[in-house]
Amino acid sequence: MLKFKSLKKTTRTAVTSYGIILVAFAIMFPLQQFGLLSNAMAGQLVPICTYIVMAISLNLTVGVLGELSLGHAGFMSVGAFCGAITSSALQEVIPAAPLRLLVAIIIGGIFAGIAGLLVGIPVLRLRGDYLAIVTLAFGEIIRNIINCLYVGVDKRGLHISMKDIASLGMENGRVIINGPQGAVGITRISTFASGIVLILFTLFIVLNLMNSRTGRAITAIRDNRIAAESVGISITKYKLTAFITSSVLAGMAGALYAMNFSTVAAKKFDFNTSILILVFVVLGGMGNITGSIIATTILYMVPEILREFSDYRMLIYAIVLILVMLFTNSAKAKLFRERVFDFVLRRKKNEEEEGVKND
Amino acid sequence: MTKMVPVPSRGIIPERDVDKRPILETHHLGIDFGGLTAVDDISLTIGRTEISGLIGPNGAGKTTVFNMLTNVYQPTRGTILLDGKPTAGKTTAQVNRMGIARTFQNIRLFSNMSVLDNVKVGLHNEIKENLFASVTHAFGYVKAERKARERALELLDFFSMADMADAEAGSLPYGAQRRLEIVRALATNPGIILLDEPAAGMNPSETAELMENIRRIRDTFGIAVLLIEHDMSLVMNLCEGICVLDHGKVIAKGSPDEIKQNPAVIEAYLGKKKEAE
Repeated sequence: MLKFKSLKKTTRTAVTSYGIILVAFAIMFPLQQFGLLSNAMAGQLVPICTYIVMAISLNLTVGVLGELSLGHAGFMSVGAFCGAITSSALQEVIPAAPLRLLVAIIIGGIFAGIAGLLVGIPVLRLRGDYLAIVTLAFGEIIRNIINCLYVGVDKRGLHISMKDIASLGMENGRVIINGPQGAVGITRISTFASGIVLILFTLFIVLNLMNSRTGRAITAIRDNRIAAESVGISITKYKLTAFITSSVLAGMAGALYAMNFSTVAAKKFDFNTSILILVFVVLGGMGNITGSIIATTILYMVPEILREFSDYRMLIYAIVLILVMLFTNSAKAKLFRERVFDFVLRRKKNEEEEGVKND
Repeated sequence: MTKMVPVPSRGIIPERDVDKRPILETHHLGIDFGGLTAVDDISLTIGRTEISGLIGPNGAGKTTVFNMLTNVYQPTRGTILLDGKPTAGKTTAQVNRMGIARTFQNIRLFSNMSVLDNVKVGLHNEIKENLFASVTHAFGYVKAERKARERALELLDFFSMADMADAEAGSLPYGAQRRLEIVRALATNPGIILLDEPAAGMNPSETAELMENIRRIRDTFGIAVLLIEHDMSLVMNLCEGICVLDHGKVIAKGSPDEIKQNPAVIEAYLGKKKEAE
């Protein structure tokens, strides 16, 4: 523990984050394989992975860049539907599920990145509340567009329409996206393992980025925009870099999420989802990646565990949220945690010193 | 680590006699805010290794001049030439890359980052690594990071701050924060550094140390220094050329001795002598 504390802060974060994910995988994967998990629990594994990726990527925008984005679910939705289309359209071309999943995730990420670029260019000129409002609007626009989007595939290729299925003009084709019903007939190819791989990939990207020239520039803009400009950092360039990276990762998470269900509707990615992810980020701590992982896991599981209390579950959820807030932010709680840490550390130290004396 | 002498940025071997070839020139610079003319008709010439001062009573427009020189404000009139090249239409970041670095009157550090990282941010355009290297931590990342770390420590060591490298910038004592701002500005490898009230809030011994440091910056890096300061003993002892502003206009220019004798300056600072009753 002492040795661990003497490590550099960035190394410590990396070790804890990767460690938590790998340990979780080592525990949950055998349980899942041997069917020891309840159905409800097993069904939550991929969504949790997705939301962890969402929280980490949003933390890049909110915590590291310091801009409030309320439309993160919008990018998730772009990724989800692009991924679903890719996967359905390539069903015959790439029969191997893992490879198809990989391609779908990449395509989902690319399209979400393009959406991020298009939204980012005008939006990142704004600051604070205005940026939040515009990203919120973006999330709603995407949702409404997908709500009236019809996509089908037949031998001649993809057909897209904004009217109805008939106007697709397909010959014996398959409908992939059916307006308000969303993506239908998805082959469920997401697995827990692929979710873990995506989290590790996200951690790799975000942690590396934070601890690099680019990451320092992004943090510098958050800490003091004017000073960052005065040392020759192009504000727009680095804001966009952070924003696009964040949306690419959200798109990838979206694709993974969609491929875990047989149907996914656009209304799943509404304002509430954006806020939920923001709650994970805020309660996990701004710019704190490990915190995002832990907060997401706990807060996502609470409503599921409380399912048996039916009507009361959101009430209890609210209480849990308040408790987490109190515990993470109050000065007394911080002092308490420090004391606990100190106590544990000192005892270890004493033991070690005694060990030395005994030698 | 073997200690290295900081690299002189422009390859000028410092001589005791000042290089007067201009690094920075302004011609009839002026700016209006709405209908109000804040600063008007400022013409300055600053030599390559000259230490110059910009003084004047409060509200004279000194910081506004700095903001125009760094294009934080776009001047309404006049031109700025940096090393002979106009800076009109450039962003603040681009002007910095052209060779102007600055510090701020109210300290603007990246207070949540470490001292070392603050300087590394300053080295942003000096030691580059591309986005791909940033994300993968390979392809030149290790080499660039090591180079940045060494250079940053070298610069910090120049101001005897290397032992504070891992501290959080916001937790430093006031004087050290001011010094760190100067180190960060120097890290951008400028041709001229603008210091906005570097001695504000310092005691006499700290001020004396600061004066020594400013001379060392000029001599070692071979760059020009333009400073705004209210501490007259610092300005008079340090600067080779002084420009006095009042109500947004230049009222006097010259050597310290000329400025001390100038009736217009005395009037601006002390008020007009009343006619004998």
